Amino acid sequence: MNNVFVYCEIEGTLVQEVSQELLTKGRKLANELKVELHAIVAGTDIKGKVEDQILPYGVDKLFVFDAPELFPYTSAPHTDILVNLFKEEQPQICLMGATVIGRDLGPRVSSSLTSGLTADCTELEIGPYEDKKNNKVYENLLYQIRPAFGGNIVATIVNPDHRPQMATVRSGVMQKALYDGECRKEVVYPEVSKYVSPEAFVVKVLDHHVEAAKHNLKGAPIVVAGGYGMGCKENFDLLFQLAKVLHGEVGGSRAAVDAGWLDHDRQIGQTGVTVHPKVYIACGISGQIQHIAGMQDSGIIISVNSDPDAPINKIADYVIVGTVEEVVPKLIKYYKQNSK
Amino acid sequence: MALKIVVLAKQVPDTRNVGKDAMTAEGTVNRAALPAIFNPEDLNALEQALRLKEQNPGSTVGILTMGPPRAGEIIRQGLYRGADTGWLLTDRLFAGADTLATSYALATAIKKIGDVDIVIGGRQAIDGDTAQVGPQVAQKLGLNQVTYAEEVLSVKDGKATIKRVIDGGVETVEAPLPVVITVNGSAAPCRPQNAKLVMKYKRATCPMERPAEGTPYDYLYDERPELTLNQWSVADVDGDVNQCGLSGSPTKVKAIKNIVFQAKESKTLTASDADIEGMIKELLDEKIIG
Repeated sequence: MNNVFVYCEIEGTLVQEVSQELLTKGRKLANELKVELHAIVAGTDIKGKVEDQILPYGVDKLFVFDAPELFPYTSAPHTDILVNLFKEEQPQICLMGATVIGRDLGPRVSSSLTSGLTADCTELEIGPYEDKKNNKVYENLLYQIRPAFGGNIVATIVNPDHRPQMATVRSGVMQKALYDGECRKEVVYPEVSKYVSPEAFVVKVLDHHVEAAKHNLKGAPIVVAGGYGMGCKENFDLLFQLAKVLHGEVGGSRAAVDAGWLDHDRQIGQTGVTVHPKVYIACGISGQIQHIAGMQDSGIIISVNSDPDAPINKIADYVIVGTVEEVVPKLIKYYKQNSK
Repeated sequence: MALKIVVLAKQVPDTRNVGKDAMTAEGTVNRAALPAIFNPEDLNALEQALRLKEQNPGSTVGILTMGPPRAGEIIRQGLYRGADTGWLLTDRLFAGADTLATSYALATAIKKIGDVDIVIGGRQAIDGDTAQVGPQVAQKLGLNQVTYAEEVLSVKDGKATIKRVIDGGVETVEAPLPVVITVNGSAAPCRPQNAKLVMKYKRATCPMERPAEGTPYDYLYDERPELTLNQWSVADVDGDVNQCGLSGSPTKVKAIKNIVFQAKESKTLTASDADIEGMIKELLDEKIIG
């Protein structure tokens, strides 16, 4: 009872990385609260194929729901599984990925259970909360921390009276790590029909098509990113050239993506991808917090900006004051000249 | 088949232009201090609704929004693009709502509207970026949901076929009506305002938007009842006060802080060849780049 739960997302029989990242975070929270970490996975023909992708992250108990039509994901059956399991298990915390699936499932479950849900958290902590109006103090609540309001502020959200405390977290925000401490690693295979009514399977997936990602922005050691200061789509060609010689990837700020200069899946920031590269080269990026939230843990940050007072310069290791058109070709030239 | 379509639309502060007085002391948004716009993805949803109306003769499109009286502007902007009607949920009791209390209010209004075939809205609003209201409205109404929709391909025989974007791909699903759909920003952009419709509806207002002392156009509201927009309070939708606004919100804001960057010791360089070559050599020497 009152354990920490993580909903694990799958594509076929492959457990998604974001779920493993959340298991690692969930393990830390469970240790702090002195409770167990439980995981849920639901799909079709997954028995014997997913357990080893989940248990090593410190799971005490794994619930595997295996039945026809649980993959591809549809809202109602997965909602039924979580809602009915949570009524039995009474978890205090439930985490899921801020993915298309997590953002479809999370609100549906929270509405069914009348519990609070915070989307796209960037940090999760445990701490007390004082409700001054009602003069009540709560211990060990989940602090759900997220940039809010277009990323201009950071809000800490709590759910004092409702359980589970639910949060979604984007891929790449937490770091996954195999757990070397003690955990029970129990696996159970509940009977799906006890949790899901046949009427839940009314939405039919006619066609499901997933391609391997065209780029590896999230894992790239060097990221070259452009913002609104790039001025036009053509200037992004320069960034692709630079990324190519450095063996890196190209990303961009929300403003650049909104302007149509870059594909949506290359957006870096709170509502895009979070990256942790060794080197981050920000070109024409002013540094709105929504963007900073997705790249601030980079090793070395280089800012190329014609504005010496751009906010991003404050967190940069190198600030090059100049235009992108002038500086980027020079970066390419001198890298080629000096590297072997 | 004639469809009754309700578009969920939100008036949002333009979060791209935020000043210092944007937040109140309680940590909620000070909407009065910011320019208000039609939430971008709700416009994508409106376009899908208007297309369905064209494909299915006899269909109607209504705009449902919740907010202060000035949010009546959202209904007008919908009418200018081809919507038929609208409802403004406005009441101080709705204020301070988190996503769950918002969904409750919208769901009770949709029940009040009655016999709705399709509820369609943007995937998320730019002031919250939560994407929660659509699925929560669906749950409260006991309806199916299809999120991240890019195009409603067809509606026939009581079923909607919808193309949606998923992580790393696309999916086509078939959902029986009634259904709640949320539309992704990658969907077709909304058509522009129609000049004739702007002329027709520019004086359309909710009663609370009108000045107490009256206007020179008051006679119009007697002559043309369609210019009086529906304005509903908690009581009008038979809402439970405890499930609305702050009291109906399980999430509480514990703290709000402005962002302070952890300033680093940075080297400032010019765009000169010497400076840039120097930096590249430094990074290569330290094996930061290979």
